[in-house]
Amino acid sequence: MDHADLAAVWLTLKLAIVVTALLMIIGTPIAWWLARTRSRLKGVIGALVALPLVLPPTVIGFYLLVAMGPNGPVGHLTQSLGLGLLPFTFPGLVIASVFYSLPFVVQPIQNAFEAIGERPLEVAATLRASPWDAFWSVAVPLARPGFLSGAILGFAHTVGEFGIVLMIGGNIPDKTRVVSVQIYDHVEALEYGSAHWLAGGMVLFCFAVLLALYTWNPSRRQTL
Amino acid sequence: MSRLSLLAALLLASIAAHADEVSVAVAANFTAPMQQIAALFEKDSGHKASLAFGATGKFYAQIANGAPFEILLAADDETPVKLEKEGLGVAGSRFTYAVGKLVLWSANADLVDGAGAVLKTGNFKHLALANPKAAPYGAAAIEAMTKLGVLAELQPRIVQGENISQAHQFVVSGNAELGFVALSQVYKDGKLANGSMWAVPANLYAPILQDAVLLAKGRDKPAAAALLAYLKGDKARAIIKSYGYELR
Repeated sequence: MDHADLAAVWLTLKLAIVVTALLMIIGTPIAWWLARTRSRLKGVIGALVALPLVLPPTVIGFYLLVAMGPNGPVGHLTQSLGLGLLPFTFPGLVIASVFYSLPFVVQPIQNAFEAIGERPLEVAATLRASPWDAFWSVAVPLARPGFLSGAILGFAHTVGEFGIVLMIGGNIPDKTRVVSVQIYDHVEALEYGSAHWLAGGMVLFCFAVLLALYTWNPSRRQTL
Repeated sequence: MSRLSLLAALLLASIAAHADEVSVAVAANFTAPMQQIAALFEKDSGHKASLAFGATGKFYAQIANGAPFEILLAADDETPVKLEKEGLGVAGSRFTYAVGKLVLWSANADLVDGAGAVLKTGNFKHLALANPKAAPYGAAAIEAMTKLGVLAELQPRIVQGENISQAHQFVVSGNAELGFVALSQVYKDGKLANGSMWAVPANLYAPILQDAVLLAKGRDKPAAAALLAYLKGDKARAIIKSYGYELR
């Protein structure tokens, strides 16, 4: 592996860590709301969150490129805030990845919250715990396996992302050239030796992650 | 009985028509002219051309691994030679079907001047080009910027598309203010379709010879031979020229 390969590995890890942290912060309230609400909007929000599961990355990448471009709504917003345009930047990749990996984090956490049921929270309420207190001292500890699954899946899915990065990244070293794009470049340039190093490493890494998930958290098998 | 024989005849006819289909891998920059040529070819010859568009390097990998293409219209002249050496291309079938021309183009009508001075004044944030490792137009763009002495300065602003189509897409969507693309992508009916451009002088980059080669899977197929002959004919050459390519 040369310098460019290592730079791509480091960038990929950085992206996955930032995205996973953001997803836990954004995904938890969404999962909580989806698990508890009786609102008619539940179906709509649930479907929106799940959309990246079924849409091809080319569709998401294409619309993100247009929406975040100078003539798109997101582009107008970021420009008027003085942030410039998002495509070809690391923050742009982060935002795209958060959207793309959202269902992988929300759904396990939502399932875990739903599995708790009303009873433990009602008991907490009778013991005069505030809803905020009940959430942190009852719901979160009970839903820990869901948080673990969500974090691992969100991280792994971001590491494995390709189509969207290819469409909005612009292949810039240290900014948007992640491992999957670097592998693609090696294959395109017929450098099959270098491609094998990275691609083989990726297979081992992803296998190890999933193995850890299934070994430590066997209940996840039923919900995946 | 007569109905059955009619059905049999129809089936046979459809099999015969199917045998006259030729499968062609086409370099991304040649997409528009090839669609036009294929339509004419189908009308004139009765054969059908099924076209796949993409990066030449990817096509090479696919062909080497058994992809069912019968003709490759490459974006370079090295890949067809390599295929021929490896026995995947038919020896002696290679020819240059077009000579590509590199342009600096912007969707903004006022950005690119006729002398390419914008590269030095630098009034832009992103400059798009095709991946120079895999795409000849990308390599030509790097070569031209090197000769102009602006590469080091522009390097941080370069964004790469995986092929020339994506580089073009970055510029069309406005995410990159300008980019190096193929003249054929912005040229229609002998003139610039929109935006502004600078035709990069031929002395700044090695000529982009785009070669065609008959692949081993198309060796004995009449439709494949017919299409290659058609590409050398006047009708096809006129179309190729109208997109701004030169001919050999």
